[in-house]
Amino acid sequence: MGVTVKALMKSPWVFHVSAGSCNNCDIEILDCLCPRFDIERFGAVLIGSVRHADALIITGAMNRKSALRVRQLYDQAAKPCLVIAIGACALGQGVFRDSYPMVQPLDEVLPPGAVTVYVPGCPPKPEAMIAGVVKALAQLQPAAKPEGAEKEAADVQ
Amino acid sequence: MSSEQVIDRLKNALGDKLKGTFAQTALRIYAEADPADIVEVTRVIHNDLGARFVIASGMEMETDFEVLYHFAFENMPPPCPLVTVRVHLDHEKPLVDSITSGVPAAAWIEREMHELLGIEFKNHPNMKPLLLAEDWPKDVHPLRRGRPWEGKVDRKI
Amino acid sequence: MSSTKPEVTKSIVPIGPFHPLQEEPELFRLHVDGETVVDVDVDIGWNHRGIEKLAEDRTWDQVTFLVERICGICSNSHPLAYVQAVEDCAGGVEVPERALYIRTFVAELERLHSHLLWVGLAGHFLGYNTVFMWGWKYREPVLDIFEELTGNRNHYAMMKPGGVRRDFDESLFPSVHKRLDEVWKQLELIAGAVTDDPVLHARLKGIGVFSKEDAVRYGALGPTSRASGIPADIRHEDPYAAYDRLDWKVITTQNGDVYDKAILRVLESFESIKILRQCMDNMPKGEIDAKMKEVPPGEGIGHAEAPRGETFHYVRSDGTNSPIRHKVRAPTFMNLPTCKATVVGESITDATIILAAIDPCYCCTERLAVVDADSKKALMTGKDLVRLSQEKTSRVRKELGL
Repeated sequence: MGVTVKALMKSPWVFHVSAGSCNNCDIEILDCLCPRFDIERFGAVLIGSVRHADALIITGAMNRKSALRVRQLYDQAAKPCLVIAIGACALGQGVFRDSYPMVQPLDEVLPPGAVTVYVPGCPPKPEAMIAGVVKALAQLQPAAKPEGAEKEAADVQ
Repeated sequence: MSSEQVIDRLKNALGDKLKGTFAQTALRIYAEADPADIVEVTRVIHNDLGARFVIASGMEMETDFEVLYHFAFENMPPPCPLVTVRVHLDHEKPLVDSITSGVPAAAWIEREMHELLGIEFKNHPNMKPLLLAEDWPKDVHPLRRGRPWEGKVDRKI
Repeated sequence: MSSTKPEVTKSIVPIGPFHPLQEEPELFRLHVDGETVVDVDVDIGWNHRGIEKLAEDRTWDQVTFLVERICGICSNSHPLAYVQAVEDCAGGVEVPERALYIRTFVAELERLHSHLLWVGLAGHFLGYNTVFMWGWKYREPVLDIFEELTGNRNHYAMMKPGGVRRDFDESLFPSVHKRLDEVWKQLELIAGAVTDDPVLHARLKGIGVFSKEDAVRYGALGPTSRASGIPADIRHEDPYAAYDRLDWKVITTQNGDVYDKAILRVLESFESIKILRQCMDNMPKGEIDAKMKEVPPGEGIGHAEAPRGETFHYVRSDGTNSPIRHKVRAPTFMNLPTCKATVVGESITDATIILAAIDPCYCCTERLAVVDADSKKALMTGKDLVRLSQEKTSRVRKELGL
C-alpha cells in the first residue's frame, strides 16, 4: 500500500488518441473510467487538450490520414511525455499490416524510444490496460522506496 | 412476395431496358442493363417501384469493369428479395452516368468507386475524394486488380 | 519520525475523455451563423484500412477475423453478414439449427451492449453523467456473458462459413438468465426516466427531426429510419439465423426526432432480451458446423441487422480459396450523410445529441468542429459543443423549476 500511494503522488494527465482503429480498444479504455475498473483510483485523469498531457494513450493501426496527426499531437505534447500503445494495431498494425492506406507502425511514426509501454491484445482486457498505464506512470515518479527502507539501509550500514 | 412476382413487376416497369433477369436463389435476383439506360432503370426501381437503394459495388474484371447496383424490395410482405442490376463498362475508360439524379443516396458510393477504382461518373454533384489521404496520387486506384500502389506510393511518412 | 502521509491530489472526474484528435476541423464541420447550423461537411477516411482489398489475400475463413475488426462495437454483425454471403454464394448450405440459434444469441447480445453504450453516450452529451456511468456499468454483465460463452468481451470470433466456431456451455444459461433479468430491470428504470423526465422531453422532442421522405432519399437504415416510421428490419424482411422461429417485434416510431431514436433503442433492448431468453430456452441440440469444403465460382450477398442498421456484404468467387472481390457496406455509410437533413437549421447546443442520434462509431461523434459560415474561421471544438449541450440541459432544468 505504501509504495503505490507514494509512487502516484501526482495526478497524471492522460490524452487519448485514436489513429485508424476499430474503436474496440477505445471503448475498453473508456470502460476503464467506469465504476467497475475505475482507473481514477490510480490517479490517472483523462484530459481534453494534448498540450498539458503527461501521457498519450494511443490506439489504431496508423492509416495515412491519421498518422500525421498522431505525430503532430506528439510534437505538441510537453516533454517528457509517456506514450502507452494499446492494442495489436498500435503495436504492429495487427491484421491491417501491409494494407494500402497504412503507413509505418506507431513506434516508427514517433521518434525512436518514444513509446514507453506496449499493451498487446485485440483488444487488451481493461485489466491489462490498467497494468500498462500503471507501469508507465511509475516512470513519472522517482523510484519510491518502501516505508522504513531508508532506516533499514542506515541500520545495515 | 415471391421472386417471380418481383421479376414480373420489373419486367412490366422496364421492358427490355432490363435484361437477363433471373432469380439465383429465392431472394436474390440479378439482372443486366446498358450503361446508357442505368439512370432510367435505377430511377424506376427506386422511385416508381419503391425499392430501397442498398449500395453499389464496382469491380475490375479481366476485360471490363462491372458496377452492380443493389436494391431491396421492402415495401411488400416478407420475405423481401434483393435485386442487383449489373452494367459492364469499358476497360480502358470506365465511364457511366451518375444515378444521383434519381437516387441521391448513391452520392457517396460513387465517390468511393471513383477514388478506389477510377470509374468516372458523369454529372455527379460533388465528386470529391472520400476516403484516401490528400497526398495519395490521384491516378492510383487501390481496388483495381493486383497491387496498383506498389512503387507509386511512399508508404512511410 | 514525522508522519509521511503523502498529499494525494483529488482527481477530477472528467466529463468523458472524448477528445481524440481535436486540434483541427474534423469529421463533422458545422458552419454556423450565430447559434444556428447552416451547413455541415462530413469528412471520413480517418479509419479507412483497406479491408476490401485485404480480403482478396485471405482465405474464406480468415476473412471472418478480418471483418470482425471493421468495428469494435458491432464486431459480430460484419462476420455474420459475411458468412451469410459466402453461404449464399455456395448455395444450398444447410447451417445446423443449433448454429442458427447461437448466431441469433450473439447478434442480440451485441445489440444489447451497443444500445447500452449509446444510452451512456447520449447521457454524457446531455449532461446526465450518472446515465453515462449507469449505461456502461450495466454493459459489464453483458460483456461478462460474452466472455463466459464465447471467450472474449469483444471480438468474439464466433461466426464461420457454414456455422459457428464454438459451442455454448448450457450450464451457464441459468446464470445468464439471472443477469439478463437484472439488465431488464435497469432498462425499465431508464425507460421510465426517458418517458417521465420533462427535461429530457424538452431536450429531445422535436429536435433533429428526420422525415420519412428524407429517410427514403438517403437510404437511411436501422433506428435512424425506424424512428421515422419506416418499419424496415432485415431480421424481419430477409430472416436469417433463427429470427423467423422466435417471437419478437420490429420497433418503429413516427416522429423521427432524437427522442424517438432514444426510446426506440431502449425498446429494442427489451426485444433483444426477449430473443436471448427464447434462444436459451429453445436451443436445439446437435451440430454447430455444416463443414463447408469449398466455395464454388459465383457471387453471394449476405446482410444482417446490426445495431445501427443493415450491414451488407457481397462476395465474388472464382472457385479458389479466396474471394476475388468483397464489398463491405456498414450501416453508418448510409446514415452519416443524413446529418445534413437533421442538424442543418438547428442550434449548436443540440448539435452533439443530434449527431449522436445517428449512432456513428463513437469516435466519430466528437470529431466535431464549428466554423463561421462567412469567414470560415474555426470557432469551437467538439468539446465546446458537448459543454454547450450540457449547459442547455441545466438551463432547461432551471426553467422547469426542477
